[in-house]
Amino acid sequence: MDITFKQVDYTYQANSPFEHKALKDLTFHLPGGSFTAIVGHTGSGKSTLLQHLNGLVRPTSGSVQIGEHTLEPKKKPKQAKELRKQVGIVFQYPEHQLFEETVEKDIAFGPRNFGVAENEISRRVKESAEAVGLDLSLLSRSPFELSGGQMRRVAIAGVLAVRPRVLVLDEPTAGLDPRGQREIMDMFYRLHKEQQLTTILVTHSMEDALTYADHMLVLDKGEKYMEGTPVDVFQDRQALQQVQLDVPEIFQFLQKTSERFGKQLAYEGENFDRLAEQLADLAGDKK
Amino acid sequence: MHAIEFKNVSFRYEEEQPYVLRNVSFQVEAGEWLAIIGHNGSGKSTIAKLMNGLLFPTEGEIIINGIPLNEENIWEIRRQVGMVFQNPDNQFVGTTVRDDVAFGLENRGVPRAEMMDRITSSLEQVRMQDYLLHEPYRLSGGQKQRVAIAGVLAISPSVIILDEATAMLDPLGRKEILDTVHRVQAAQQLGLITITHDLNEVMQAHRVLVMNDGEIWTTTVPRELVKRQTELQQIGLDVPFVTQLAHALVRQGINLAEQPIDHEELLDALWTLHSNK
Repeated sequence: MDITFKQVDYTYQANSPFEHKALKDLTFHLPGGSFTAIVGHTGSGKSTLLQHLNGLVRPTSGSVQIGEHTLEPKKKPKQAKELRKQVGIVFQYPEHQLFEETVEKDIAFGPRNFGVAENEISRRVKESAEAVGLDLSLLSRSPFELSGGQMRRVAIAGVLAVRPRVLVLDEPTAGLDPRGQREIMDMFYRLHKEQQLTTILVTHSMEDALTYADHMLVLDKGEKYMEGTPVDVFQDRQALQQVQLDVPEIFQFLQKTSERFGKQLAYEGENFDRLAEQLADLAGDKK
Repeated sequence: MHAIEFKNVSFRYEEEQPYVLRNVSFQVEAGEWLAIIGHNGSGKSTIAKLMNGLLFPTEGEIIINGIPLNEENIWEIRRQVGMVFQNPDNQFVGTTVRDDVAFGLENRGVPRAEMMDRITSSLEQVRMQDYLLHEPYRLSGGQKQRVAIAGVLAISPSVIILDEATAMLDPLGRKEILDTVHRVQAAQQLGLITITHDLNEVMQAHRVLVMNDGEIWTTTVPRELVKRQTELQQIGLDVPFVTQLAHALVRQGINLAEQPIDHEELLDALWTLHSNK
């Protein structure tokens, strides 16, 4: 599903002393099937942008187009429910939102709310549990008896069971150990490919943006600050540092190496063996 | 006398339940920085909770500055062991930065004049003195954690524990906290324990303790630890960028004299090779 923001402004508490512009003249287009990383410092507008994606808020001016749905100021979106069915949001620490007695009921909550037929629900519960790598024997257990990583998977399965076309991930790996982080991100990437989802990842991790995203949007003070492929965006470290961000460690290292050896080293992918080859050539250079 | 000593500590929540910590022994000295790492559920946070008496050992003994920890001296121990937790939003009680730092002091009945001094000096140490009357919830994540650290410093502890205190911060906030804590720790010769998943944080510590399934897997210095890349990965941990790169260089036939622990050391080693050609 294509997503288009056209000159979107969003103002909190307009016409009051507390008026605060959270988004300013924001315009961008995300083609269906793309994987976009959104980064920005605290207060850059990431959360407000995210709330537009399933109609939790509407723009103060401008418009947001998500597939066939249009969000405009002062116009209640038609079929808001349909929009929320198509846009699944995995909020930060989604496991804090688990509440049912069993894993099965928790995963079923979303589709049941959207009026999916019972036999279809049980099919989707199994399918979603498998998609997130949850053993089916856990379905009858209380979600609160599971480990933190498993609880997060249950919460994600609940979002997937609604079968969204757009998946919005807000810091999905926060609080997990390195292996857990990689497993969850690899899982999202697999789902993104298999189900041809349009994926939007809000993250602090430039490494994840580099590894998984094909498109990147940098926000600062509610405005679009940079946009492009991650590799392009990471060419300009100074620009990112000006908004209190930085490039992934491999780009930092390449920059330091270039400075030390007085020779520009290009980024050739996240491949340690290739980088080591480049360095071996460099160190072996006759003076 | 050690700042903290664990002697054969085991812990389980209830009888019949499995132990979450088995036979854990280690020491931390004044002025020392120990990093504790391990996968989720390895027992790291249980260690933190035992250190300031949120939990008590099922077996074994914990000795803080020579005093064995028990339910009678818990408040004295908590004055000596300051903790900062993961979520900055869960640890504020005051409506201003000043009130928040004052909270711990009021609880301990510190006289007003001394309280004012301590608030000012602890906020200066974390470089938040200009935010005295700000509302904590309006600060950035890194600033919030610095205020939380000031609250801990105000009670002049001898040991500070950061329990994944940088996990929810962006890279800049993370750096802010580590620089702050490291500076204060060195200046005051505090014992520092950081419980973390951040490998670059681990590399800055003096020593590192690795937990796995409730037991100590090893205690060593960071430089030695990262040599064991394959084993670390088997227990769900990673090694830093610079270590992975050093291993890839070995595969290219480039042997570095010493395991580098940061970019500069690796570049220095390459530069030496380059110059000797």
